[in-house]
Amino acid sequence: MSAQPATVPQLPRVRDQRPARRRLRRSTRGWAYAWPTALFVLLLFVLPLGLVLRMSASKWPLLSGDQGINFPDNYRKAVSNRFFAESITFTLKYTVLATVLLIALGLGLALLVQESSRWKGLLRASFLVPSALGLASASLLFYVLYSPLAGPFAPTMRRFGLTFLGSPDAALFSTLFLIVWRYAGFYMLLMLVGLQSIPTELYEAARVDGAGRWDTFRRITLPLLRPTLALTTILCVTGSLLAFEQFYILTKGGPDNSTITVVQLIYSMAFQGQNDLGVAGSLSVIVLLALVVVNVVQLRAFRTSDES
Amino acid sequence: MTIASRTQLTLPEGGRPVRHGAPPTTLGGIAVRTPFWVFSGGLAVIFLFPLVWTAVASVSPLAGTGQVKGWGFGNYTTLAHYQAGIWQYLANSTFMSLLTVVLTLTVSTLGGYAFARFRFPGKNLLFMLTLAILMVPYATVLIPLYVLLNKVGLQNSLVGVSLVLTMFQLPFSTFMMRISFESVPRELDEAALVDGCSSFMALRRVLLPAVTPGLITVGLFAFLAAWNDFFAPLILINDSDRMTLPLAVSNLRVQVQGVIDYGATEAGVVVLALPCILLFLLLQRHYVRGFMSGALKG
Repeated sequence: MSAQPATVPQLPRVRDQRPARRRLRRSTRGWAYAWPTALFVLLLFVLPLGLVLRMSASKWPLLSGDQGINFPDNYRKAVSNRFFAESITFTLKYTVLATVLLIALGLGLALLVQESSRWKGLLRASFLVPSALGLASASLLFYVLYSPLAGPFAPTMRRFGLTFLGSPDAALFSTLFLIVWRYAGFYMLLMLVGLQSIPTELYEAARVDGAGRWDTFRRITLPLLRPTLALTTILCVTGSLLAFEQFYILTKGGPDNSTITVVQLIYSMAFQGQNDLGVAGSLSVIVLLALVVVNVVQLRAFRTSDES
Repeated sequence: MTIASRTQLTLPEGGRPVRHGAPPTTLGGIAVRTPFWVFSGGLAVIFLFPLVWTAVASVSPLAGTGQVKGWGFGNYTTLAHYQAGIWQYLANSTFMSLLTVVLTLTVSTLGGYAFARFRFPGKNLLFMLTLAILMVPYATVLIPLYVLLNKVGLQNSLVGVSLVLTMFQLPFSTFMMRISFESVPRELDEAALVDGCSSFMALRRVLLPAVTPGLITVGLFAFLAAWNDFFAPLILINDSDRMTLPLAVSNLRVQVQGVIDYGATEAGVVVLALPCILLFLLLQRHYVRGFMSGALKG
């Protein structure tokens, strides 16, 4: 990474030529530039992580603060919460659907606009524009779009009694549509970058050998795209497991509490109604551990299938 | 026409040289390509429709909104007078976003320089810790941060939100600046050091101009993330005078007795989305570069 002493230029002062002193100067200079990063990471990341661990083991109401250790009461309360199992099931269901949809559509769109032409450049830009919007803005936009009063489909909805957010399944699929709209361009771009790293010669060789489109896709594109597919899957699974805004704004957890995600449960535990930071903290720790496990399993899975 | 050619110019990374050669523009070629045009054009319309519809609907008449009859900016007037007023929320969002951009650029430039050019004890640990921020759920860190910021008097403060958002930006921005500095030939700053520059002077005079594209990408992503962020201000800001725009627009939906003002919401979405879409169209190339570096990581 850093230069070997041999390539270090002759500094003006002779004293600096002594290796030990120079190494010391080098390391102090390194820290002279790295300390702001260290400060941010320690104070705003490591310290809070420590605090959430303590919170999860303490009686800690929102308003009155730390009331002392009560481990493992918070964890027991978290697990026995009536929405705990439901929210996990729903979050997992949402994650699987969102990941399958986004990876498939991202790849499909990427293949569609892969070659450069004016028309395809235009297509690429239009698929990408929604990804510049915030998730909160996009959710607000679809909240109006899905409205039975103000939306563009309002007359149709009234005539046929359709609803976008009225039933649990409709709410889930309407949210999935919003997420696909907002993120498909993002995943398309990642797929395009991956597709670009596949050498053109391979496709030419396949064409010379008389391979059809499907064979080329299955035998060349998919295997060589594996690193990109691994990255996008991990990104998408992590993002979906932590879904919050889309449900907080669009469905508000309804109808009938059918669309409550785990992060929503944490938020409402901490700031709505119960105001119990202790239980919210233990839920956060559970989610953190689950996420670490899920990511380790995914990394393992992608690595072993790489070797086989 | 101009937009089309611009798009092609600004997105060259995503394309691959045409392999098969486009069919010649004969009648037969057009006949072969028409289904593709219709299909892909239809997809583009699906992606653009919600945006266009919202922009149009925000100025068109609808009962129960600020714009009951005829076309006009009634919904924007409602928005302008909501609680502390749209200008206050715009000012809050702008201040918070710009502060986040400045902090992110400063911290990640210095950090990226340190990681790319120096060897120091704890270097790898610090880098791994910075990347680990990506692995941790937002909520897990924000709840203790709410308590911590209260303790140091940064409760209900836009500066506090900026500090938190800067921390969340660090994995991407530090990584990006590190690879930007590493891609600059070492001879460049070594020559400056030989000429008697301090390492800081070498950074400012020689390296910063060389990593400007990286800085633009980092700044763009920091701005978009901060401007659009919802969860951090939702938890850290209580005072309606200090709310940021996404929070204000989301609260404004329910104004009087549970009646939802759809018109004002549409206007709010337009105000929220416009800066992002303009920045995206202007800086597409830098936006795409951010993804390229993301893929390198994988």
